Amino acid sequence: MPTPIDTLVAKAQAIRESIITMVATAKSGHPGGALGMADIFTLLYFETLRHDPQKPNWPERDRLLLSNGHICPVLYATLAEAGYFPKDEVLTLRRLNTRLQGHPHLGSLPGVENTSGPLGQGFSQACGLAYGLQMDGRDSRVFCITSDGEHEEGQVWEAYLFAAKYKLSNLTVLIDRNHIQIDGRNEDIMPLEPLAEKLQAFGWHVLEVDGHNFGEIRQALRTATEETAHPTVIICQTIPGKGVSFMENKYEWHGKAPNSEEATEALRQLQSGSGYAA
Amino acid sequence: MQLKSLSESPTFTANRDGFGQGLLEAAAKNSQVVGLCADVTESVRMLPFAQQFPARFIEVGVAEQNLVGVAAGLALAGKIPFAASYAVFSPGRSWDQLRVSVCYSNLNVKIIGGHTGLNVGPDGATHQALEDIALTRVLPNLTIVVPCDAEEARKATLAMAEHTGPCYLRLGREKVQDLTTAETPFKLAQALTFRQGSDCTIIACGLMVQEALKAATELETEGLSIRVINLHTIKPLDTQTVLQAARETGAIVTAEEHQQAGGMGSAVAEVVSAEYPVPIKIVGVSDTFGESGTAPQLLEKYGLTATAIKEAVKVVLEKKRQRQR
Repeated sequence: MPTPIDTLVAKAQAIRESIITMVATAKSGHPGGALGMADIFTLLYFETLRHDPQKPNWPERDRLLLSNGHICPVLYATLAEAGYFPKDEVLTLRRLNTRLQGHPHLGSLPGVENTSGPLGQGFSQACGLAYGLQMDGRDSRVFCITSDGEHEEGQVWEAYLFAAKYKLSNLTVLIDRNHIQIDGRNEDIMPLEPLAEKLQAFGWHVLEVDGHNFGEIRQALRTATEETAHPTVIICQTIPGKGVSFMENKYEWHGKAPNSEEATEALRQLQSGSGYAA
Repeated sequence: MQLKSLSESPTFTANRDGFGQGLLEAAAKNSQVVGLCADVTESVRMLPFAQQFPARFIEVGVAEQNLVGVAAGLALAGKIPFAASYAVFSPGRSWDQLRVSVCYSNLNVKIIGGHTGLNVGPDGATHQALEDIALTRVLPNLTIVVPCDAEEARKATLAMAEHTGPCYLRLGREKVQDLTTAETPFKLAQALTFRQGSDCTIIACGLMVQEALKAATELETEGLSIRVINLHTIKPLDTQTVLQAARETGAIVTAEEHQQAGGMGSAVAEVVSAEYPVPIKIVGVSDTFGESGTAPQLLEKYGLTATAIKEAVKVVLEKKRQRQR
């Protein structure tokens, strides 16, 4: 059953507000990519994934593995919104003794399926998990979130080769194609294009969507489920900092926390919807 | 201690063959055991497993970072993955994946590092892992085993399959003397005293255990009583057995086919210096790379012999005497 679009929009807005609040409170973290991926996380957790926040270790669940672990504020905000843990716990992000580690840690927080941070690692973990689930004849799906900057790591390409060879059609990879990384624009740091052609040449089923269009993301995720011969990769064109005018498309906001004035302004824009450039 | 009688004519088997046999037995016992390899299947002796259990064997290709990441993912799916390569590549190249995907997550992955030490021989320094104990010893949650012979490698493989948590098994290429028998006990983290003695203790692992026994036998003819401990598990360390040796013999020599820095000897020195300081000498490779040559030539040239151990024993005994004056 598709979730009504206005419900998704409201959830995504709440998740974005939570991202700003938690990163501002922590005074450190990565808001840019997290805001950009909020719509995709919303659709995954409030429509696509087979999961039960009351039973985080349910064997039949689908798994979402985050490979670019630094955008974990969006994962934490979404898990809290879905009911995996109390919403106000997000304010403990990055504090001593918190379950919300600066980068996700398996076992610390219900709903976190893998440890990541050093780029490239979650992708291989997702391949192994998808392989293991297939071995056991389980129909659970594995979703892996990765980023364009992460594709500069050689391990990512090792994983592409592996998943194609073993036809891991239960694996769907979503690339946050936001064109920025710490030092600047991807195409200045290390060009990645033509990305779709490269992935096709690696033997993958390749789709491309507007990462802020629920209809397009929904359709791509359905198409991925129907594909049985190849793993699917969805290139998600996103706007980093989405929803906050002064953060959108600015690589400077990859890993910087807003101060309290900036956070107030960001929350005002998110609540009024005035910060969206498009 | 149940050991092969050293008087009968010695037989030799490679530790990797013991691993291959152990993996077959572990796989027959537990259907969750799977094997992964990075293009060295025959050479790390995973081939018999791959042939008997083809549906549970995964060829990863020359991609050690992915090898360890995929193994972590298989562990997430409830499997017991044995991921094998040469140690210079894994844990060498895959150390970051071992650290984060496996150890920090505390996943049930078994890393098999083949072709360690100088006994790799003609392939030269690039392929002779002399650093892997140091690299792995600093990782929390990881159990590290360096078997002394093929039979012990077989038992270690079975023990690792039963132990829940990340493990590293260090294997060599060349045949080593068969020291233990099916009756010799083996338990993770429980060092084995192969020979009693009161003047000095030699703590060894891997192929240096046979050299330690040789050295102890030769020193006996000089009237010295030497204890020999086979410290097969480097982490967690059997501190009780090590400290007992420090207290009872007052001098320790360690011997390993590894850099002196950061290896088994360092682990022993850390606990002895903190709890019951006695003179220690670490026999190992002295801050240099290896080179091409035959295994016996290299072990001789780089001082990994019974002779080198005997000299080290004399040095620590002299220090012990100076203290007692």
